[in-house]
Amino acid sequence: MEKNEQHVSATARERESLLAVLEDEQMKSGFVSKEFISAAAESFGLPLSEVYGVATFYSFITTKPLGRNVIRICKSLPCFLKNAGVIIRTVENELGIKPGETTPDKRFSFELTNCIGACDKAPAMLVNDDVHGDLTPSRISEVLRSYV
Amino acid sequence: MPEKRVVLKHCEVIDPRDLSTYLDREGFKALEKAQKEMTPEKVIEEVKASGLKGRGGAGFLCGRKWEFARKAQEHEKFLICNADEGEMGTFKDRYIMQHDPFTLMEGMAIAGYATGARKAYIYLRAEYRFLLDLLRNAIQQVREEGLLESLDIQIREGAGSYVCGEESALMNSIEGRRGEARYRPPYPPSKGLWQKPTIINNVETLMNIPQIILNGAQWFGDMGTEESKGTKVFSVSGDVEKPGVYEMMMGSHLKELMDLAGAKRVKVVQIGGASGNIVPETMIDTPLSYETVLGSGAVTVFDNGRDVIDIVYRDMAFLAEESCGKCAPCREGTEAMVEILARLSKGEGYQEDIGALEDLAKVMMLSSLCGLGQVAPIPVLDTLKYFREDYENRVSQSLFLRSVRGITR
Repeated sequence: MEKNEQHVSATARERESLLAVLEDEQMKSGFVSKEFISAAAESFGLPLSEVYGVATFYSFITTKPLGRNVIRICKSLPCFLKNAGVIIRTVENELGIKPGETTPDKRFSFELTNCIGACDKAPAMLVNDDVHGDLTPSRISEVLRSYV
Repeated sequence: MPEKRVVLKHCEVIDPRDLSTYLDREGFKALEKAQKEMTPEKVIEEVKASGLKGRGGAGFLCGRKWEFARKAQEHEKFLICNADEGEMGTFKDRYIMQHDPFTLMEGMAIAGYATGARKAYIYLRAEYRFLLDLLRNAIQQVREEGLLESLDIQIREGAGSYVCGEESALMNSIEGRRGEARYRPPYPPSKGLWQKPTIINNVETLMNIPQIILNGAQWFGDMGTEESKGTKVFSVSGDVEKPGVYEMMMGSHLKELMDLAGAKRVKVVQIGGASGNIVPETMIDTPLSYETVLGSGAVTVFDNGRDVIDIVYRDMAFLAEESCGKCAPCREGTEAMVEILARLSKGEGYQEDIGALEDLAKVMMLSSLCGLGQVAPIPVLDTLKYFREDYENRVSQSLFLRSVRGITR
């Protein structure tokens, strides 16, 4: 709690930096905790609901802890047309988890997402900030191995 | 009308990490010309005369936007480059920024000079975070060369939200709020970011500026059609052999683009993303322009094996998920449409479903707060127009299946 307050107060308190502060926390801790949200609300002088509202609006900010690496497979039409379903099932089998879940060792979280702008390389996915395109089931294990 | 590289002129020609390769090819000559030979008003006149319209999808005259902002009686003005390319099937701005960030900087510098904005933001979607380094490096190099003296460019990262590509939601996001649409008027050129005059231009729009200044409005206006000047960068994906980015003269026929991308056995093409128009194969000669179909330039191709209702269902599921939720017509309308389309695609529809889709479409288009809800029903209406039989057959099948199972309703 104390640590969180320090972090928030170290950053500019103007409203415009709220989203960036939440994004930073997401990167650092893998999620934005209730404690962080209340600390941020206090520090910015905003109602708790307001900060919670911002934190939960954006899909790249989560209020539950994510694993060290986040896999986001695109489920939108251009990737769907290129058999994204097969890629989704392959990742499910490789990791033993469903979309929305995290592996017990916290190595991976697995989510489905809307268009990531890699339709020319469909089916595609993001692992953290990296784009992996032209995916095939056999390439999946190779890609996953490179994230520890 | 063939492929023509205007916006993409320097892509895969220069080194996007080395400003000198851009300077060697007339880079920043347009900014120099604007600053030394033209007044801001003259720059706006030139852009207006060129007929350049916004390339993000809405197609508002760029020069008019600039003029409104220029004339706004406020000292502080903002410029925003919309790099929140979230429209399904669109990846042209990604390609542009990846290969030529410098023309974008030059376009922004000219926009700043013309409108009087001294602070600019590039709003980059979270999915494109891998471009951050490249963009920061480009800003740094241009700044060190002394070419960005009158404009402070900052990058703002999105956090995963389609609707933030909509200009008013985008401004809320930069202000650190939920990315919800705002009521308009007032429009951004009079009251935008922090209620100050704000110009919001798409990446591709700004990419056109340097060449308009260098070659003149006449040169630009000679390309394209009456209402659609210049070129357009298309993102082609789906059932094609060569998905990718293609720049063509405005008014080029869809057929030409399909041939370039290697589309075979085409059934329908969706143009403009999840809420784009659906063009059946029989209309493949349609010209691509603001007068006909265009949007963001997303071109998603579906071959004979695809089911039209399934396509529209998936479009709507995308929009329902990405609706910001502020206004009821969009929030509830997209959800209701998803429900109906889902049961139709599964063969569990009802007689009333087609009428219900049409009623919902009317309400959503009339009363949604922003573009998302206003155009969300387009694929539904287009397919009802061209593939009504598919819908009717699906309803009959549903009724038949139900009667076999002994269900009366």
